[in-house]
Amino acid sequence: MKNMGDMLLRKPGFQEIVMGNTALVRAMVESGTRVITSYPGSPTPEIAAAIQTIPEDERPFYFEFSTNEKVATEVAFGAALNGHLSTVFFKSVGINVAADTFVQLSLLNIIGGMVVVLGDDPGANSSQNEQDNRHFAYLSYTPMLEPASPTEVYRYYKEAAALSQKLGKVIILRLTTHVCHAKEKVTFAEWIPRKEDYTPKFNSKNGPYIPLASAVYPMKKRALRQLGEVETWIEQRRLNTLVENNSTLGIITSGLTYLSLLEILEEAPEKPDILKLAMVYPVPERTIIKFLKSHDEVKIVEELDDELERSIKAIAYDQHLTTRITGKSDIDDWIGEYTPDKVRQILKKTWPGLVADGKRLDPPSDDIPLRPPQMCPGCGHRSAFHAIGEVLAKEDITVADIGCHTLGYHKPYNMGEIMVCMGSSAGIGSGLSLFNSSRKVVAFLGDSTFFHAGLPGIVNALFNKHNLTLILMENGTTAMTGHQDHPASGRNFNEISEAIPIRQVLEGFGVKSIFETDTYDQEKLRTLVKEAINEKQFNVVIAKHPCMLLFAKKQRKVKGENPFHVKIDQKSCDKIHTCIEKFGCPSFTRNSDGMISVNNELCIGDGSCIQTCPRKAITR
Amino acid sequence: MKPFNIYLCGVGGQGTGLLSEILLRGADHAGLQAKAVDTHGLAQRGGVVVSHLRIGKKIYSPMIPAREADLVVALERHEALRGADTALRDGGCLVYFNTVLQPLGVRLGSDREVSENFLNRNCKVRNIKVYIVENGGLMEPKMQNIAVLANIDKNNLIPLVKTRHLIQAMEDLMTGPMLEKNMAIFKNSPLTV
Repeated sequence: MKNMGDMLLRKPGFQEIVMGNTALVRAMVESGTRVITSYPGSPTPEIAAAIQTIPEDERPFYFEFSTNEKVATEVAFGAALNGHLSTVFFKSVGINVAADTFVQLSLLNIIGGMVVVLGDDPGANSSQNEQDNRHFAYLSYTPMLEPASPTEVYRYYKEAAALSQKLGKVIILRLTTHVCHAKEKVTFAEWIPRKEDYTPKFNSKNGPYIPLASAVYPMKKRALRQLGEVETWIEQRRLNTLVENNSTLGIITSGLTYLSLLEILEEAPEKPDILKLAMVYPVPERTIIKFLKSHDEVKIVEELDDELERSIKAIAYDQHLTTRITGKSDIDDWIGEYTPDKVRQILKKTWPGLVADGKRLDPPSDDIPLRPPQMCPGCGHRSAFHAIGEVLAKEDITVADIGCHTLGYHKPYNMGEIMVCMGSSAGIGSGLSLFNSSRKVVAFLGDSTFFHAGLPGIVNALFNKHNLTLILMENGTTAMTGHQDHPASGRNFNEISEAIPIRQVLEGFGVKSIFETDTYDQEKLRTLVKEAINEKQFNVVIAKHPCMLLFAKKQRKVKGENPFHVKIDQKSCDKIHTCIEKFGCPSFTRNSDGMISVNNELCIGDGSCIQTCPRKAITR
Repeated sequence: MKPFNIYLCGVGGQGTGLLSEILLRGADHAGLQAKAVDTHGLAQRGGVVVSHLRIGKKIYSPMIPAREADLVVALERHEALRGADTALRDGGCLVYFNTVLQPLGVRLGSDREVSENFLNRNCKVRNIKVYIVENGGLMEPKMQNIAVLANIDKNNLIPLVKTRHLIQAMEDLMTGPMLEKNMAIFKNSPLTV
C-alpha cells in the first residue's frame, strides 16, 4: 500500500495522484511552513487528514485544531511574528468568525510570512451560504491567489508563501470545493529541508504592531503600496495564463471556472481568447488593459459575485477604452457553482451561437425520490429529537445550531426551525423569548460548537436573565466534519489533553439548573425537558450519547462486521409504523405489504428503537 | 482515445469513494490521463454520494457535463436511476448493485420505491445497456463496491483498463486482511449481466 505520510515527506521529486487538499500539504512541507492551524469545516478537513498520515514526531511543522477560526488565525499570526512561516486554513464561513483578527493582518509586518487558506463553497455543497470571500481581499487589502486544480494548489501555495515572506504580508489562497476535492496526477519537486532556526524573533521594532490613532494611516499606506509590488511580482512570475486563439472576442476568468470554460469551448468552431487570472485581488491592471485593447468584445466569466467585472469596467472607463465589456447577464449568473453546464448557459446568453446545446434539455425526472442526508443508525440525536418532540407543544419554537443535529430539521422530527451559524442558537433563542410568555423557546447546541462560539450566547442569557432552555447535544466529537477532537474530548490533534468538562463550565458560569441524561433513556429525557421548559429561567439539558458512527467504525476495526441487529416480531407488529414514521431510523424498511423489516446492512443493533414501539414488536 | 466519462453514485457509507479511487488509479496504471472529483462532507450522512472520473487527453474540468457520462456505476437501485437520469448519455452503460436503501420519502410512505422494472423500462427507452450485480447473500455490505468493480472488469466496461491495472490500484490503496478479502471478492465475483 502506498503510504501518504511517506509520500508527503519524500526528499526526491515524484509524481502522484492526489486531491487538492493533499497537494497543499506537500506544498507546505516544501515551503518550510512551520506552524499550521485550523478549525474543521468542509471542504478543508482532508488537509488535516493528510497531515495526520505523517507521524507527529516526523512532522516538519506544528499543527493544531484550535477552538475556532479566529483563535486559529491568532495562533498562526503570533507564530509568524516570531519568524515562523505559518498557515491557517478553514472553510468559507470560517472567515466570518476570524474576521475581527483577519482584517488587521494586512496592516501588520508579519516577518515570518503567513498564508490564509480559504475553502470557499460555491454551490453551498456543505455550507449555510455560498458567500464570495473575494470581498474579504478587497476589504482588507490582502492579495488573493486562486488556483484551478490540484497542480495549481501546489504551485500557488509555494508562490504565496514566498511572496508573503518577501513582503512580510499576509496572502490568501482561495480554494473552492471542487478544487479542494479534485484529483489528478501532480508533479512534485524535491524537498530540501532547511536548516531550522527556532529563535523567537519577535521585535516591536519590526512594527508598529499597535494600530491606534495616528499609527493607522501609515500602516494602511504600506498595505496599499504593497499591492503595486504584488502586481509586478505576478507579472514577473508569469502566473497569469493567456490562451490565444486569434479572436476578436476575449474572456477574462479565474479558478475552476477556467477549466469549465475550456471544457465547453473544446468543441466550439471558433474560440475566444482567454485570460485566466492567477490573482483575483489586486487585479493586474497592466495585463488587463493590454487584453482589453487587443479585443473588440470581452466577457468576464466569474463565479458568484461581480468583483472582477466592476474592477475591469472601472479600468476601461479610466483608460477611455471602447472595448465592449459584458459580465453578469442576470440574477441567475450570481447563483451556484460554475460547472461546465452552467458556463455553457452563461456563454449562450452573450454569444448564442458560440457553443452547442448541452445533451440534457429536459428537467430532471421527478419520479426519483429525493435522498436528503440524515442522522445515522443509532445516532443519539435521533433518540433526543424523538423524545423532545413528544414533550413540546406545536407552537413552541426550536432553534438549531450547526452540526449533525441540524439534520433534525428534516421529517419526521422538524426540530430546529431556524439555523444561522456556529454558536448562534442561544442568542437567537434569547431574542425569541422576549415579550413571549406563551411559546416555549428551546435552543440546540453541539459540544464542539459550545466551545467554538457558543459560550458568549450562554453567558449573555445568564447575564441578561433570558428565559429559554438550551439543549446541549453532546456526542463527544466534531462529528459532521469527520470526528475531530474538541476541548471536551480529552485529546487534541497531537496528544492526550485534559478534557474541559462542559457541565462544570456551565456551573462555573452560574447556570442554576442543569439536567443531564443519556439520550437513549428517552423516558428520562422527556421528564427532564418537561421540567426544564416549565422553569422560568435559563437552564440547560445535557443530552448526551457518543457518536455512534464513530463507535461503529471503531468496532468494525476491532471486531469486523457488526453482528448485532434488532429484529421485528412480525406477529406483534400491527403496522402502526411508529418506528419508521416517527422514530425514523434509516435501518427500517417499508415492505410493499406495509410490514416493516430491518435492513441489517444499516442496523448496528444499538436498540435505541426498542422503547419506541408501543406493541413491543422490536426485539434484539 | 476519445474521452471516457465515468459517473459513480451511491449512498453515504457504501464505499463509492474507494471504488472511484481504484478506477482512477487503475486508469493511471494503464498509462491513461485521468481526473476525478468526489463528494465529501455533509452529504455523506446517508445522502447521495457522487464521484466523477474522466479519462483521456482532452479533458479539462473534473466534472462531467450533464448526460455525457459513458458509464454510470451505482451501488444502489434508486441512485442507479438518478445517476442514469442526470449523468448518463443515451446509449451508455449502467452497472449497478441491486440493493435498496430506502430514501426518507419511501420510508415515510410518501414516495414510491424504484422497482427493477421501472429502472429497466427507463433505461430501455434511452437505449442504455444495463448490468445488474446481485448480492448472492454472502457478501459483507462494505465489499459490494468490489463486486461491482469485478463486474466492470469482467465485462470490459472501461476501454484499456485491464484486470492487472485494477489489481495494482487495489494494492496501492489497501493492505493486510482488507486487501486479501477485497481481492478474493474481486477475483471470485460471479459475472452477472
